[in-house]
Formats: sequence, structure tokens, C-alpha cells
Amino acid sequence: MRAGKARPLLVAAAAGLLLASMLAGLLGGAADISPRQAVLQALDWLPLVEVDSGLAAVEQALLADLRLPRVLVAATVGGLLAVAGAGYQGVFRNPLADPYLLGAAAGAGLAVTVVIVALPGLATSIPVAAFVGAVGGVMLAYALGNTAGRAGGTATLVLAGVAVTSFLTAVQTFVQQLEVEQLQKIYSWILGDVGGGWDQFFLVLPYAVVSVTAMLAHGRMLDVLSVGDDEAASLGIRAARVRLAVLLAASLATAAAVAVSGLIGFVGIVVPHIVRRIFGGSYRVVLPLSLVVGAAFLVLGDLLARTVMAPAELPIGVVTMFVGAPFFVAVLRMTRKAAT
Amino acid sequence: MIAAEGLSVRLGRAEVLHDVSLHVRRGEWLAVIGPNGAGKSTLLRALMGLAGHRGTVTLDGHPLERLRPRQRARLVAYAPQTPLLPPDMTVFDYALLGRTPYIPYLGRESRHDRAVTEGVLARLDLTELAGRSLDHLSGGERQRVVLARALAQQAPVLLLDEPTTALDLGHQQQVLDLVDRLRIADGLTVVSTLHDLSLAAQYADSLLLLSRGRVAASGTPAQVLTEAVVGRHFGAHVKIEPGPDGRPVVHLVRGGP
Repeated sequence: MRAGKARPLLVAAAAGLLLASMLAGLLGGAADISPRQAVLQALDWLPLVEVDSGLAAVEQALLADLRLPRVLVAATVGGLLAVAGAGYQGVFRNPLADPYLLGAAAGAGLAVTVVIVALPGLATSIPVAAFVGAVGGVMLAYALGNTAGRAGGTATLVLAGVAVTSFLTAVQTFVQQLEVEQLQKIYSWILGDVGGGWDQFFLVLPYAVVSVTAMLAHGRMLDVLSVGDDEAASLGIRAARVRLAVLLAASLATAAAVAVSGLIGFVGIVVPHIVRRIFGGSYRVVLPLSLVVGAAFLVLGDLLARTVMAPAELPIGVVTMFVGAPFFVAVLRMTRKAAT
Repeated sequence: MIAAEGLSVRLGRAEVLHDVSLHVRRGEWLAVIGPNGAGKSTLLRALMGLAGHRGTVTLDGHPLERLRPRQRARLVAYAPQTPLLPPDMTVFDYALLGRTPYIPYLGRESRHDRAVTEGVLARLDLTELAGRSLDHLSGGERQRVVLARALAQQAPVLLLDEPTTALDLGHQQQVLDLVDRLRIADGLTVVSTLHDLSLAAQYADSLLLLSRGRVAASGTPAQVLTEAVVGRHFGAHVKIEPGPDGRPVVHLVRGGP
């Protein structure tokens, strides 16, 4: 009997999908590099491995300084958003919960807009502003939700998130209208970008490690939470405490993702559902596989974003929503047929 | 095994339980009866410490407030009236959650936990359903699965909130017979709310009638279920006769006052 375990074949398939998509991400683009060369070069980058990929120095630099960090940032951000979405869905027992539910997106949007408008010279501080704004938005929603309703209750928390989001969005729109010249810059941030290079990757990495570790550790607890607060309590678990821990970790993950990539929609809501449909409902399976599938999803999304209209680039947020929505519907239809 | 003295619970301004005392010995079945809104479910929640209360609850000789949540969960298991069954979860995974009080906060279940769960499923004839997801179960199966989760907790006290809601006659009997068998075999102490008075009289050793948050009557089924008492507290016109085994059977009389 399997309990909290996914079938190994499907796990291997998910991991294979991630590796394949990362390889595709390295290959796709303006310069012509063969899959074999890319694999050899990737091996060469590993410590203690020396292989000759036959790539010229320029091509090596292109891979190492542009494409590799880009693929890694996309994978990290995709994984973070998907795992945070799964966590939010578990905490709120609501399939529509997404990482931006509690005001993270609106908070980050406002902070970034303020920085772009008020301190146009400080482009480097955008990730910091986004991070602070996202954390601030969530904290505001949380504080509001706890004062307005029963401590640890979820309904008031979601409503507080809605209130905070619309309020901060209103302020953000107002600030943005003050400097219409900056509109394009603000929008290009809002629509998402994973091309920030190694700096961005190392910026997000520590937060990613901490938040993902904390989330994955709580898989079983989220399963307990899914049977209801009273029953969780009857099993000796303090639901409010579990909820707070997962919310903290998921919000940290969201803030880290938002900081390096802007607002990328749909990953956090669609990937956990796809995973749940295919691999079953236990959070011990859904959380780690959301991480893997979310990473693959965003790497492929980025690949599309920079190849479809090459040399121009589409905003990645547009791609995830444009491709993600029909893909999601297809998965829903497919698994419904399989189930009956 | 489980006792309460002077239990009172306020929800907001309203006092929903007032000065309730009860005493259930090991292996006994107490059925809590009463009209809608009398505070039956609140009483069960208070017995687990889920509703803030005044008064004392003792579990197996331990004062409830001195027990840590995990310790308490090893003494008393609870099946709510309308359990949340996550649709994608399998029967086995769900029952396994009953082992939570024995598993460290971020730990995972041991082989022993799995063995206990498998044993419980086998006892409840659920082995064949173990891999099925919870949204593919019938009403009777769901009730047994919830019971399996509670039993996997291996707690000596079982609190059941309306275990027969939404079940047809045959499944009501099935579930209550099952609880009765387990109670006798394992020496479980059962406290359940039951809205069907005849069923309550049939299965429980003693009854506790709650009305507007107070104990209106308690004792053996024959002592509690009299036409006058039921008439007064339920506003129902009934005829009560001893059944074949001597336990009272309650009939509604058409066109009552």
C-alpha cells in the first residue's frame, strides 16, 4: 500500500522533464549550439570533470553568463511559486489560493513603482524593494486578518488579503500615474523577467533554500490540516501554529521569487493542480513535485518567451498565462476522462 | 474513564452549556441526546478541550488542562458530525493520519504506525478500499473510514458526533453494531451524540438529556426516556414502550398537540 509516496516512475518522469527543459533552455536562442555540445559543456562545468565541448569561447561565455543563470533563475522562481501556491492552497483549504493571495504581489508592485518613480537612478534596488514590499503586503494582510476575526481563522485572512491587495494596487496606480513616462518600465517589471543573471540567482538562492526546506518539512502537517481544524486539534496538532509556519515559509518563497522576477502569474495556481491531478492529493507528494514541475514549467515558458518573437522578447508572465491556461484546461479534461 | 464536573461553555455572549456533569466508566457507552441546539456537539468538543470551558474534565484520572495536546490525543479520539474528507486522499492515507499523536511534529510514520493502520482497516473490512480515494466512497463506507481514522489513534475513549447522520436504516445499524463490537472487544469508552432516541436507547448504557445547555435528565434509557420528559424537552407527542429486549422504543404519535 502506498501512503504519501508517489509512484517512482512518475517521479522520474517529472525529474526527467525538468532536466530536458533545462537543456532546452540552454540550447534555445539566437546562437546555434547542438544538444551534444551543450551536454558536454554542462558536464565540463561540473567540478573535477574535464571534457572538450568544441564550443568557441564566445559561445561558452554565452552559455555560462547568459543562458545558464537565466535557466537557473527561471527554474528557481518557477519552483518557488509552485511550491508556495501548493502551500497556500493547503493552508486555506482552497484550490483557488495562489502565492499572491495575501497581498505579496500588490505590496511588491507598490514598492517597485515607488522606487522607479521616486529614485529612478537606483535600478539595482528594485529586487530589494520588491522583497520588502511583498513581505510588507503579507504582514499587513495577516495583521489585519487577525485583528478583524478569530485568531488563526482563514476566511477573514483571505478577505484581509483581498482588501490589502486592492488598496495597495490603488495606491500603486496612483503613484504610477504621477510619472507616466515610467509606465513602460513599471509594466515590464510587473509582467515578469528572469533574465537578471547570476546576481539574481545568488540573491534568491538562500531564501529559496530556507523556504523550500521549511515547506517540504510540513507536508504531513498539511495533510493533517486538510481534514479540518477540529480534527487536527483532536489529533494533537495546533492548526493555527502549522498554518502560521507554512504561511511564513510560503510568503518568504513568494517574496524571493517576486524580488528577482517580478509578477509571474498562473504558475503558483496551475502547477500544484496539475501535480495533484496526476500524482494524488497528499501534500508530501504535491509539495516536492510542484517544486520540480513548476521549475520545468517556467524554464519552458522562458524559452518560449525569448524564441517566439526573436530577437524580441515576450514578457514571461504573458507566456505563462497564454500557454498555461489552455494547458491547464487540457490536463483537467484528460484526467477527468481517466478517472471515470 | 471520562468525567466532567460543572462544565460551562460560553460562545460569545451566549452560554451554550451550563453546569454539565457526567461520569462514564471504562467500557461504557454514554449517549448524549437532546433537541437541536441543546449543546450536544459543544459538549463533545468541550470534553476534548476544543471549546473554552469552565469546570473540570478528567480523562483517565488526568485533568484535561494538564495534558499536552499529543498526550490528550492518545487518550481520546473524535469523529465529527461532518468530517472533511480531502477528495484526492486515499483511504489508507486518511486512516494513517490517526497515528499523528505518535509521530514527531516534522517526522514520518514508522512501520508500526502502518501496521496498526492496516490492522484497523482489516477489522473494519476496508482493506479492499485502502487504495481508493475518498471521493469514491458511499455514505456507509465514509462513516467506516472516519471510524478507522479514529481507531488508528488507539485511544481508550471514543467521541462520536452523530455517527449515523445521513445513513439509511441498514447502515445505521451496521455502524452502531460495529462501534458496539469494538467497544466490547477493546474495552473502549464511547460517548456519542445521537438524535434518534430509539437508537440511543438501544445501544447506550446510559443517556444524558441536554436541553438548552443544561442536563435535563440522566440515567439508564428507561429512566430518561419517559413520555413526559420527551414531550417537555423535544416538544414532541410520543408513545414509549419497552421493546423486545426491555429497552424503551420511542414512537411519534401523529397529530400531537
